[in-house]
Order: sequence, then structure tokens, then C-alpha cells
Amino acid sequence: MPELLSVKNLKIEATSYPPGEPPKVVTLVEGVSFDLEKGKVLGLIGESGAGKSTIGLSALAYGRGGVRITGGEVLLNGRDILKLDRSGINSVRGAHVCYVAQSAAAAFNPAHKLGDQVIEASLRHGIMTREEAKKRALYLFRVLGLPKPETFGERYPHQVSGGQLQRAMTAMALCPNPELIVFDEPTTALDVTTQIDVLAAIKHAIEETHTAALYITHDLAVVAQISDDIMVLRHGKTVEYGTTKQVIEAPREDYTRALVSVRQAKRDEAPDQSGTLLKIECVHAGYSNGFKVLHDVSMHLPKGQTLAIVGESGSGKSTLARVITGLLPPSEGRIIFDGKELPKALKGRTNEELRRIQMIYQMADTAMNPRQTVRDIIGRPLSFYFGMHGARKSERVKELLDQIEMGSRFLDRYPAELSGGQKQRVAIARALAAKPELILCDEPTSALDPLVAEGILNLLTKLQEETAVSYVFITHDIAIVRAIADSVAVMHRGRLVRFGPKSKVLSPPFDDYTDLLLKSVPEMEIGWLERVLKTRRMESAGN
Amino acid sequence: MESGPITGPVLTDGAAGETLPRSADPSGVPAKPNPAAATGDVGGTFWRRFVFRRPLAALILQRLGLSVGLLFAVSLMIFGGIEALPGDFATTYLGQSATPQAVENIRKDLGLDRPWSERYLSWLGGAVKGDFGTSWASKNSVSEQIGKRLGNSLFLAFFAALISVPLAVGLGMLAVQFRNRLPDKIINVISLAAISLPEFFIGYLLIMLFAVQYGVATFPATVYDSMTFTERLSAIALPVATLVLVVLAHMMRMTRAAILNVMSSAYVETAELKGLGTFRIIARHAAPNAVAPVINVIALNLAYLVVGVVVVEVVFVYPGMGQYMVDAVTVRDMPVVQACGLIFAAFYIFLNMAADILAILANPRLRHPR
Repeated sequence: MPELLSVKNLKIEATSYPPGEPPKVVTLVEGVSFDLEKGKVLGLIGESGAGKSTIGLSALAYGRGGVRITGGEVLLNGRDILKLDRSGINSVRGAHVCYVAQSAAAAFNPAHKLGDQVIEASLRHGIMTREEAKKRALYLFRVLGLPKPETFGERYPHQVSGGQLQRAMTAMALCPNPELIVFDEPTTALDVTTQIDVLAAIKHAIEETHTAALYITHDLAVVAQISDDIMVLRHGKTVEYGTTKQVIEAPREDYTRALVSVRQAKRDEAPDQSGTLLKIECVHAGYSNGFKVLHDVSMHLPKGQTLAIVGESGSGKSTLARVITGLLPPSEGRIIFDGKELPKALKGRTNEELRRIQMIYQMADTAMNPRQTVRDIIGRPLSFYFGMHGARKSERVKELLDQIEMGSRFLDRYPAELSGGQKQRVAIARALAAKPELILCDEPTSALDPLVAEGILNLLTKLQEETAVSYVFITHDIAIVRAIADSVAVMHRGRLVRFGPKSKVLSPPFDDYTDLLLKSVPEMEIGWLERVLKTRRMESAGN
Repeated sequence: MESGPITGPVLTDGAAGETLPRSADPSGVPAKPNPAAATGDVGGTFWRRFVFRRPLAALILQRLGLSVGLLFAVSLMIFGGIEALPGDFATTYLGQSATPQAVENIRKDLGLDRPWSERYLSWLGGAVKGDFGTSWASKNSVSEQIGKRLGNSLFLAFFAALISVPLAVGLGMLAVQFRNRLPDKIINVISLAAISLPEFFIGYLLIMLFAVQYGVATFPATVYDSMTFTERLSAIALPVATLVLVVLAHMMRMTRAAILNVMSSAYVETAELKGLGTFRIIARHAAPNAVAPVINVIALNLAYLVVGVVVVEVVFVYPGMGQYMVDAVTVRDMPVVQACGLIFAAFYIFLNMAADILAILANPRLRHPR
């Protein structure tokens, strides 16, 4: 079979403008080659900065910002699209090759109806008449399982959910009957229970329409469900390229092996979960506009252990953290910390009470002052809570840096000079500086690459062993729960669904929601998606 | 979960959306009606239910109400401010011959011996009906005189707007087209220079160059009833040029910023990856989303054109509202000052309200609630 897309020795560069320095040219991608047959799916996988999106966009001869394709060939049906002029490439984009972006919410124009945007490319390229395009859009809305497909196109982007938008974006890409679609992390921004539906819809639609696809993701388990071949990328170079079966089951390279085995860590829970450091009693909370977020939530956490709060976006898990910190006073219920009830609002709490509960945020970036050095960031709680200064303070800062495995050479760096993982480590050191008894971790690893995230989780576990600090760990990721938790609370729509020791919560008999949540987490196993969908169909047939 | 930058004590983006006060903030359009609230139980008053069902109508009603309230507040402030001014019409009018008895007589004639609250109410009652009383200095009806003057001012403002708005939007788009290249930089430098100079300075500069040095323009720019339309146009050339220079930069820079902001958004990239042409991308995908900020700044500058002409009219001896008001202030002719102040304020408030409502209408989230 002749190749649909053939990329040869691709080289992509960008010019960066570091402040106060001459501009410099950075190589993003080098020496990448692959072939894609008609109707096949190639998965591009790697961490952030691996160049996978950049490679994906090169199939449309497009570079974001100052990105330029400086070498190699991108042959589409034997024709090098890099050599086309502006109108030549415009006749390829949106007609032969289409693109599905990571955030459909941002990629749809808020000013126009979804239907008009879905059929726009087909009309503009003269592929179909308006009537034909509308009919095809309706067909695609059905295939992708969108609600009320007849009227779906009449709606505006802000009127539908994130998962529906992602499916609508897929419909937009499929509408002109392209030969190739580039999927750029289409499910990364979704909840697991939504991800599985979108994934199934995409797989089904690709099979129905015999379209070839480049599927870009950082999640090997996802790509294993959908692609025929996999290319593993790192720092813009190919690490490994082979069939999905070979890469998942018999990886040749160490880096691939690490990616395959990541997220499989498990920790045994603490046997004794009787003592209580934190107790949440019948908490109700809502916002001033009258919208109630938390309904009668109760749970507790023993000293020196980890309580994982799992749930999807909108489940109220972060609101619960705001209630514990006092940022959002509960309308009913009590927070009992170390045997004493905490004042409901932040203002009513003493410095000592504040010191004992610290926080780590999802975005270490925005949680730190970009104009302060690591020394200032970690030193601040030391002088604030303990009145330390001078040599004693800098001694302690160095100690803390050692604890987070970074060392004193980072003392005078600014946050911008740190990697994502290092920033999160500094945030942990800042929390630790207050010698807290409880740290609230709000999705501290969900913005990080899997291998970096694993390092952070290991560090948190190590610190718990050393200092007996307790964690409330908020996450949407069951794999993290398995790796770190002693007890688990499952939340759904502001209510506690299930709470108890990890072994009990994560084993049957399940309630419906926990069952759905657990079954939706992709497993590193070829054919997992089909298996889940099949059992679902059987269950619904049985009902 | 959409990941956005998270600031301050807000824990996640989900929470950030939920804490937004719903349309209670009169200073800004809520960018996003609370998604969660749409499904939540909605209790409360009639107004609250109305806000949930018809957010657009509610917001527009709110703006209208605010504008009326603001106008009343302004009328009170104008009246109070003038009350607080030192000196009065009687002493200014009589000059050297001001004996206590003469002053007293005039004060009585004008009704200044009544308490101020009574005078305010009767003045407001007349103003609502369009009757601003009679001028103390000329004994003519203020409404009549203002009618003519206002026409002159609007004539000037209209031509200044007619030239400056399309020019500003056009130059803004041009600057986007040549972003960070020479044309963009030239446009930026010139507009910055124009915005930095006070209008009286620009006015005198233009007079010196075009009226004195080259003699191509008419000065003073006074217009009479007997003038033909073309004569009028040539008379106002210099003041219009001054006004255009003053308001151009602001609108131009805002247009440039608004379009640049939209052009770097993900949906413009999507349009580009659909293989659409540049013109279609700008016209269909960028422009509708850049409208709101541009409308706002245009309205602000139109308001300035009507209100801010005071200085320019004095410089060019143009018989508009501004000059009328300045003359009235020097002789303490209170009914005229009050009327001018109120009309200026009404224009300002009305134009800003119109901009607000247009910006609300341009927001699809409000036009099509969930």
C-alpha cells in the first residue's frame, strides 16, 4: 500500500528571545522520520517539550509562533507540502489534513454556532454544498454520540460541555472527509469518565470513515487503545518507533520501559487508622450566590497518614480544601483539628493554627512570586512563623533544599529558571518550612509529566516517613491514589460517595459511581477499551 | 478540567468560576455566567429569577437604571458645586456700583433668597421638561440659546468623529498587518506624540502653521447663521483637525491591541488550520470578538469629542457649547452653567451606556444563555 504521509528527516527550529541576551535559535525537532498508511493510526508520545505537537502540526506545514520547519520533507500522497505556496497549503489544510486541538473550548470561536464552524471548511474548499455538509455533520454528530444531534449544531460553544466540545471538534475535523487527522491530546483536558466516551467515539469514527490519524498524547495507556504504531519521542528526537504491540509489550529502550512502568507504583496502607488529626463533620458549603457545592461531607484523617480525595471536576474536592483552610467558611458543620474545633473563617484563626496546615497547589508557577528567589520563597514562612533571620534562616533553607533533593546551588534562582518539577519541589519546601502537621495537596502532580510526577510522589512519601506529616491529597487520578493513599474519599457532585481505608474503597462491592470511575481509568493493555465497551454494552443489554 | 492560570488563594479553576459574583458587579460584564448555577437550585426574589432566565434583558435594564440614577447624582453635584463657588452673579454684574442694597435687590429678583433645596427642585423640575430657565446675563431663554450652540458643537464633533473613527480603526488594522515593522512603529510614535500634547497646544500649533504661516486655513473658526454649508466646513477645518489628532491615538492603539489579542487566540489558529484566507479569518473569526473593546473606546472618545471641545472651541473662537459655558462661568451666569454641565454629563453617560449595551450585545454568552 502506498504511504499517505511520509515524513523524512524532519528538522524544526525556533528563535527564542531570552531577556537581555541575543536571540538564539533552538532546535525543537531533529531527524524524525515516519510513514503512515491510509486508514492507519500512528501514536506520537512523549513528555512536554518532546516536540510531538510540533511534529503533528508539520503535517499541515504549520508552525506556532516563531516555529519554522527548516529541513526535511513532509510528503502527502508523494507531494512535499513544505514547498507549497500560501494558497497551495491553504487548499491542503482543512481539506486533506485536519487538526483537533487539545482544548476544544479555546479552539471554537465563541461568536459562531457550532454547526456553522463544523461545516465551514467543507464549504470554503468547495467539497460539498451546504445541504450535503449539514447532512454529513448530522451523521457525524450521531456517530460521535452527541446529544440531540439534530439541533446540536444550533448551539454555541459555551452552551455545551467540555467533552461534547471535544467530540464536536472531532466532527469538525472529519466533516470535509480528510485523508489525515492530527489529534493533539484530544482527551487530556477531560475527566476520566468523559475521556473514555470521547476516546471510544474517536476510535469508532476513525474506523467508520477510514481516515488516517496522527494521535498525539503523553499517556501511553491511551495511545495503546487507539493506534496501530507508536513513536516515542524525547527532546525532539525519536527514541523508539514500532508497532503498538511491540512498544507496549516488549519496549526496546530504557526510556520507553520507564514510561510503560510509570504509574504502577502501589503502597500498602497503614494498618492502624484509628487516631484522628483532622476530622470533618457534616460540612455544608456554598458560594454567596446561593449555589451549594458541598452537601453533608464527613471524613477523618489519622496522624502521619494520607487521605486521598478523588473526584472529577465539579465534584467539590477543591472546595473542601478551601473549607479546611478557612478560605471558604462552611455554612454548617465543623472542622476539628487535633481535637480542637478550628474557627470557620481564615480571619478567626491564630498564626499557630495557620502554621499547622499548609498547602501545595496544582500550578506551582502561579503560586510563587516570580520576582523572588528560591531563598526568599522558602525563607518567608521561616521568618513569618518562627522569626528566623540571618545565618540561622539560611542554614534552615539549605536544610530544606536538601530535604527536597535539590541542594544549595538553587538558592539564588528565580522560579522562571526552574523546571516544572523543581518548582513543585520548592513549593513543597515552602510548605514544609512551617513545620506543618497537615499539608493539603491540590492536584500537585496533574500538570507534570508522568516521570516527573512520579518523582514528586516519591518525595512526598519520603517526607512523610521522615517528618510524620499528614497529607490530604486531592486528585482525579486513581493511579496516584494507589501509589500514595492510606484512606480514600470518593466525591461526586458535592457529596461523599464512599470513604474508608484504601483496600476497602478500591475493592468490590462498588457503588455505581466508584465502579464507573475505576473502570474508566485506561490500563496499559491493548484491547482494554474494547473490553470495557463490551462489558458496558452487555450490562445495558442485561438491564 | 481546563487548566488556566490560577492566582491568589483560589484553589482550582472550577472554584474560580464558581466564586464569580453573578452580574452583581455594575462595572463589568461577567465574562461567564456561572455554569454551575444554571443547574443549581435557584431561589430568591423575582429579580434574581429574572437574572437567571433573561440575563441579557436584566443586564440592559440594569445599565439603563444605573444611567438614570447617575444622571440625577450628577445634577445634584452640579448644583451643589455651583452653590459652593465663591462670589455671586450680583457682585460680578454690578461691579464698582455694588452697594449692599443693590446686591440685595438683584438677589431677590433672581430668587436667590429662597433655600437651595427649593431652588434645586424647581430647577430640576424644569430641566426634566427641557426648560432650563432664563439666563441672568442676557435674560434670554437658556434652552433656546443652547439649542443653537449645541447644534454647532455637534456639527464639529460629528465631522471629527466621521474622520477619526474610520481612520483610527483603519490605522489600527494596518498596524496589526505590519506588526513590529516600520509602518507599525511610525504609526505608534506619531499617535503617542499626538496624545501627549494638550489640545490647546496642538490647536495653536495648527493655527500658527496653516493660518499664519501658509494662510490656507480660516481663523477664527467662528460660524454664522448666514454661512453656507461649504463655508462652514472650511471654517471648522482646523478645530476638526485638532480634535482628530487628540482622539485618534487612543482609538487606534485600542483597536490594534484588541485585534492582536484575538489574532493570537486558539480559534484563529483553528481557522488558519482550516485553510481559510487571511481576509476571511480577520473578518469572520477575529472581528466579531474584537468588537466589544473597540466599541467601548470609540464611545469614550465620542463622549470626549462632545464634552472635551470646550478648550478647542475657546482656542478657535467657535460658537459652541463649550465657549458658551466658559463665558457663562466668567460672569457667574448660573442657569447657563448648570444647563451646560447637565447636558455634557447626559451626553457622557448616554454614550458610555450605549457602549456598554453594545458590548453586552456583542457577547454571545449573554445573547444565548445556556
